[in-house]
Amino acid sequence: MIGAGFAWVLTAPADVDPDFAQGHVPDVQAGALVFAAGGCVSCHAVPQSAGDQKLALAGGLAFASDFGTFYAPNISPDPDAGIGAWSLTDFARALTKGVSPQGQHLYPAFPYTAYQHLTPADVSDLFAYIQTLPADATPSKPHDVSFPFNIRRALGFWKLLFMKDEYVLSGDQSPDVSRGRYLAEALAHCGECHTPRNALGGLDRDNWLSGAPNPSGKGRIPNITTGALDWSQSDLIAYFTTGFTPDYDSAGGEMAEVISNLAQLPDSDRAAIAAYLKAIPARP
Amino acid sequence: MPSFANSTIVLGLATALIATAGLAASHASKIDNAAVAARHAQMQMIGYHTGVLGAIAKGEADYDSAVVKAAAGNINALAKLDKTTLWVQGTAQGEVDGSRAKPEIWSDLDGFTAKFAALEKASAEMMSAADAAAVGAGMAGIGGACKACHETYRGPKN
Repeated sequence: MIGAGFAWVLTAPADVDPDFAQGHVPDVQAGALVFAAGGCVSCHAVPQSAGDQKLALAGGLAFASDFGTFYAPNISPDPDAGIGAWSLTDFARALTKGVSPQGQHLYPAFPYTAYQHLTPADVSDLFAYIQTLPADATPSKPHDVSFPFNIRRALGFWKLLFMKDEYVLSGDQSPDVSRGRYLAEALAHCGECHTPRNALGGLDRDNWLSGAPNPSGKGRIPNITTGALDWSQSDLIAYFTTGFTPDYDSAGGEMAEVISNLAQLPDSDRAAIAAYLKAIPARP
Repeated sequence: MPSFANSTIVLGLATALIATAGLAASHASKIDNAAVAARHAQMQMIGYHTGVLGAIAKGEADYDSAVVKAAAGNINALAKLDKTTLWVQGTAQGEVDGSRAKPEIWSDLDGFTAKFAALEKASAEMMSAADAAAVGAGMAGIGGACKACHETYRGPKN
């Protein structure tokens, strides 16, 4: 009984401070950059949409995993199908704690283990920007996840095990590397694809960005540590800007989408991500 | 040493399984393998000429209108190659070793053709780029065409 009670307390969905981002005046334009760096559109746009259609964030993209298939939900400002009825604290709780406004744990296919590091100002700016996008009434598709992974309360244990509140590249870093760390680890969530996972789907932080099997079942997502990738800092910046590798191959697949997002950021941010990649431990 | 014997059996079985899988993947005919190799040559030629233009755009090489015209013209010719003999059915990723062609190339041939048409247009525009800055601007068009096609029709690295 005590054990069960203890487990219930341990798995309780976390809350955010009711004064979250208080005193910050939301800046929609800054929010657009947070939106680009966070890659929101890559998952929440309607599959196969193009151009401005991509900004109607009705979701629907499928993510196959060992635990079932997850579908990106509608996060457009529609009050019923999307997040139009959410408050800023609801939004902050989902983004930084992985908890829905109804107090349920969200599946970590949504990269809140990265977004937990976002500054309150960035969360507030992002929320303001999403309000300006078109509302779409298409309902979210339910996830196709079977027992026992459909018990959301159990995700509390997953969070205890794998939601670490410190950065992977820890400690004091130069301003450039710190900014790159914020962009790569908090926003762009590079590790979600480029880092291998354990049997429970937790990221193997000791082998950060060292490459992983492609969840599609075909091919591998590359190792981007200096142990395998010998591109110079300017090669990396050129790749983030144009999508061209130093050999003039081009980005493809999901990475083409990532480049489209990164290309919207200021030059200094792309340089910061390059500096960060040079600073993380090399893995063969 | 029973555990050694066991692991030898396991290793033997695993090798047999891998060999079978390897055979399955390389079951493609000689002509299918040749088609994939020819496509890779086409892509390598496009990449080479894009590199010539990229060096001018970045200031690593001096602007030369004849070189720009030749490099962009060759990309244009490569983009126009007739797909019939190159994008042969049955040569998708998993069907022929080394192929990264997605099945969507054949299920959505119009879309695929449109991506090559975008490269044809971007390279035609590049042919008349009058200075290094114009080459730089044109690189966005060529890069965009490469990326748009690879996003939809090229599978992940094998």
